[in-house]
Amino acid sequence: MQGLQDPRNFTGSHGQVHPAFCRFRVPEQSPAGSRECLYPGLAANLALPGTRARFRAAATLCTQRASRRSCAAGRGQSLDENLGHPRGSKQPPAPGTRSAALYVHWPYCEKRCNYCNFNKYIPRTLDEGAMQKCLVKETTTLLKLSGVQRIDSVFFGGGTPSLASPHTVASVLETIAQTTHLPAKAEVTLEANPTSSQASRLTAFQGAGINRLSIGIQSLDNKELQLLGRTHSVSDALGTLEEARRVYPGRTSVDLMFGLPAQQVEPWLRQLQELLSLCDDHISLYQLTLERGTLLFAQVQQGTLPSPDPEAAAEMYQHGREILREAGFRQYEVSNFARNEALSTHNWTYWQGGQYIGVGPGAHGRFVPRGDGGSLREARIQTLEPDNWMKEVSMFGHGTRKRVSLSELELLEEVLALGLRTDTGITHQHWLQFEPQLSLWDVFGKAEEVRELQSQGLLLLDHRGLRCSWEGLAVLDTVLLRLLLQLQNAWENRPPPMLKVTESGAASQREDSR
Amino acid sequence: MLARVGAGPRRRWAWAARAALSGTCGPWPSPRRPGEDGAFRVTPARSSSASERTEKLDMSKFPVENIRNFGIIAHVDHGKSTLADRLLELTGTIAKTDHNKQVLDKLQVERERGITVKAQTASLFYNYGGKLYLLNLIDTPGHVDFNYEVSRSLSACQGVLLVVDANEGIQAQTVANFFLAFEAQLSIIPVINKIDLKNADPERVEKQIEKMFDIPGGECIKISAKLGTNTEKVLQAVIERIAPPKVSRKSPLKALVFDSNFDQYRGVIANVALFDGVVSKGDKIVSAHTQKTYEVNEVGILSPDEKLTQKLYAGQVGYLIAGMKDVTEAQIGDTLYLHKQPVEPLPGFKSAKPMVFAGMYPIDQSEYNNLKSAIEKLTLNDSSVTVHRDSSLALGAGWRLGFLGLLHMEVFNQRLEQEYNASVILTTPTVPYKAILSSAKLIKEYREKEITIINPSQFPDKSKVTEYLEPIILGTIITPNEYTGKIMTLCLNRRAVQKNMVFIDQNRVMLKYLFPLNEIVVDFYDSLKSLSSGYASFDYEDAGYQTADLVKMDILLNGNPVEELVTIVHKEKAYPIGKAICERLKDTIPRQLFEIAIQAAIGSKIIARETVKPYRKNVLAKCYGGDITRKMKLLKRQAEGKKRMRKVGNIEVPKDAFIKVLKRQPDK
Repeated sequence: MQGLQDPRNFTGSHGQVHPAFCRFRVPEQSPAGSRECLYPGLAANLALPGTRARFRAAATLCTQRASRRSCAAGRGQSLDENLGHPRGSKQPPAPGTRSAALYVHWPYCEKRCNYCNFNKYIPRTLDEGAMQKCLVKETTTLLKLSGVQRIDSVFFGGGTPSLASPHTVASVLETIAQTTHLPAKAEVTLEANPTSSQASRLTAFQGAGINRLSIGIQSLDNKELQLLGRTHSVSDALGTLEEARRVYPGRTSVDLMFGLPAQQVEPWLRQLQELLSLCDDHISLYQLTLERGTLLFAQVQQGTLPSPDPEAAAEMYQHGREILREAGFRQYEVSNFARNEALSTHNWTYWQGGQYIGVGPGAHGRFVPRGDGGSLREARIQTLEPDNWMKEVSMFGHGTRKRVSLSELELLEEVLALGLRTDTGITHQHWLQFEPQLSLWDVFGKAEEVRELQSQGLLLLDHRGLRCSWEGLAVLDTVLLRLLLQLQNAWENRPPPMLKVTESGAASQREDSR
Repeated sequence: MLARVGAGPRRRWAWAARAALSGTCGPWPSPRRPGEDGAFRVTPARSSSASERTEKLDMSKFPVENIRNFGIIAHVDHGKSTLADRLLELTGTIAKTDHNKQVLDKLQVERERGITVKAQTASLFYNYGGKLYLLNLIDTPGHVDFNYEVSRSLSACQGVLLVVDANEGIQAQTVANFFLAFEAQLSIIPVINKIDLKNADPERVEKQIEKMFDIPGGECIKISAKLGTNTEKVLQAVIERIAPPKVSRKSPLKALVFDSNFDQYRGVIANVALFDGVVSKGDKIVSAHTQKTYEVNEVGILSPDEKLTQKLYAGQVGYLIAGMKDVTEAQIGDTLYLHKQPVEPLPGFKSAKPMVFAGMYPIDQSEYNNLKSAIEKLTLNDSSVTVHRDSSLALGAGWRLGFLGLLHMEVFNQRLEQEYNASVILTTPTVPYKAILSSAKLIKEYREKEITIINPSQFPDKSKVTEYLEPIILGTIITPNEYTGKIMTLCLNRRAVQKNMVFIDQNRVMLKYLFPLNEIVVDFYDSLKSLSSGYASFDYEDAGYQTADLVKMDILLNGNPVEELVTIVHKEKAYPIGKAICERLKDTIPRQLFEIAIQAAIGSKIIARETVKPYRKNVLAKCYGGDITRKMKLLKRQAEGKKRMRKVGNIEVPKDAFIKVLKRQPDK
């Protein structure tokens, strides 16, 4: 049992490869494969056509700052530059349907954290081979369904994806590269838990194609880590951070939580300062939200823990972001800070209303099923429970449990709600890509509520577009309600349908989605 | 033979009677809790009584001297309904089974609360001393809120059974009911019930009765209605001690309407007691109150289900259907007489006068029409509820309802919920204040000097009035002596003035206080019950109006008055009430982007203040692919809620905040 919870043991302490792994592998794979067979060398053993070269390259160049995998087909080079990467790109991402980000959900954890209500399971038995097969299968199916020509970024989240074997990660990436185009410089992030990320594994993941690591440090106080139910200690976290920076220099992110029960402002700011002296170019600050169904929620309900003080949390947030600003970090999103242009392009895609494909139990997606002849973007959710999901994937090729077509207005609402989370907000060009008929000025230019927000110094609407001020970002949810209502209002009163030029250049009646 | 007929419909009488009498019949649903009572699961149907109805009883065989009309009066839970059950069984009116529990209390609310809301009537046939007697049991409502109904019911009686619990002794309602009967000059037969209880002390109760009511101890009948002990003696006492009605068959018809019900198909069913004359199908009758003429379609007795008779004769009690479309056409206390044979109306008629007002609003405005029809249907059977349309910026369209008293209000609300499945917002009850105007302009406007203020927005400014008046009541409290101190403090806090204090025995005290009505409409009864561990009982009667130092209190949000929160308060009570409202608002008004000052003010003077601090941070920390759906859902729900918020200045106030302030508070 224990071995199954810890992927490190898939090769077994006796040097045995997990049988599932062997089944998955090509027959020539030695059954007594050593540890190394999981690592870069593994790539060479994978008999997946057309991928060897890439992985061999990855293996040899893994210590370089950015992965320089060769472009398998050499196409789309110029498109790559227009992806809306914040890094060096002036263009917002196109809301087109040619490309997407891809999210892979690894649903398993060693232990339930006291604050987490994500879709995760503590497996008693885990057939990683089967899981891997299903992830691969669903990736293929959904990629084909989406009809995308390119995947701009991949994110392995969870759960605790660092518990998965690098082999599983590699095979998903292989599948993507095989099915569509995965540019060499595409950001490929893995969420990592300090206890399951010792040096050798970090290197192995790099070999599998990971080029960015996001470490859930959460706190630099052992008592707080205990309160949160984390399995790691402060020294585990710092060790992992150090190792990660060595393997993924400039591409390591850390998470720090604030607003915990009984947490004080000053000590937390000291934690942040300490982390600042150790971290790389990316930090996420997350305020604890007490979620129903978590132990912390229950403890606060029962009164065994004090409920977090919103005033203190607000103060931590304000001071925290000031400290980060002074340290040269750009707050490019409500909770995310980067310096040296180390923004996460994957998450940026979400906030800019880009397409994304969700693979794995409970994963969410937003894409147009072009491969199926669809033209409207769909919100998709995969089956939550891993065993059921696996059954469905085996039977149907995917475990999509729910798909809802987003109306034009709903898509615009998402664009608005997500875009305003970023520091650049929503530029005019960006908005017009989603809604050519109704500009930001048309929607918000004359609204009394918007003028009020502007006079309060919370919101800006100018030649660049619509965005929150530094102060406004902290109260975005309140600001958003007014803007959403204004958008709904403007949508209802928009001018009657008129001729609209489609991508192909043909004029067609605008479809009323109401 | 008559007895046989009387026993005829036993098997099914319970549900048929419920259908006939409870007012819940008709096509609209009356939700009954499944399993509440097996007998009630059957859908009521009138067809069962059709055969009996065709077999018309000849009531001429009951001469006046063989008739007794009597009621049962008692404090809540002293066993009035159980005694009625036994009397029905003894006379063969209903079969003797273990299931006869409060058979005359047919409403769910009556059974749950152990009270009688609607008077019910049963004609009992009893053989005594070789004669067949017709005993008409008129079961009166058991609370002074229904004082008027009680007094009308009693006016159809010549005597009452005054039931007192052998354990609890005389309670406040016992006293109130006794005086009602006493003033009506009825024969009073004291019945000490529950003598089977372990702590029963009938001798002590006998002494209380002697001391309080001046009835010799020997006259009390000690019974256990539950076990049937001595209940036969009660029937005999009814015959021996209560006089037959003094009436004349030969005189023209004079009938008292003492209750009425509405039936979807047959219209109004009036319960009548004949003082003189005879009535039969086809007679043309006139209502003394409305002067409208009707033709009688049906007459009969209630046994307790309807049984057709050929006629009803002087001294008898029964029902009458005469094409009345609305219960207001058969008002309680009205007199009916034959067309072209007018008689002097019976004394004591008055229209119901509401004493407690409350706003009633649907929780969701889309429910307005459903609630409207539910209220209409319920008031069809209860003409004492006054209904005025009202509307509030915060709560939408609704009504201002007037009730006879607090219990009446609660019962009405409970019946709406239970019988019509309606959920409503009921606002804090208010009382009708009065103002004596001094401003000539206002007097001209109102066309009178004394005006009644039901809505606080009509409250005239102090400069334009000579004085304000508030309704007062005379409250009777009976309590074990050990709680007297606490109760006196409670009364003092409620601005009450003590009028009387009597020991009714060694350890029980009766206190009489004059209370401003508005001091007892909110949570007085519950406070009294909780500080006396449930032992003190309370009852009250109308005591007119008295001068009061009333002020209008505004609630301000950042200086802007909130129209729906204007309250009329006694000057002495302004601070605690204002503070409580501010606190409740503080708890329900969400933080906004700026600070909100919540103030209670009298004129320009601020008497209480609370502050809602502005948001410093309000943004969901995490929002990635998987969270977007959830986040959008949440935002949209909030946006929907925001649409429904009421803006006071630039402050958004959710409906909940108003509800929380305006709604009747759960009693502490």
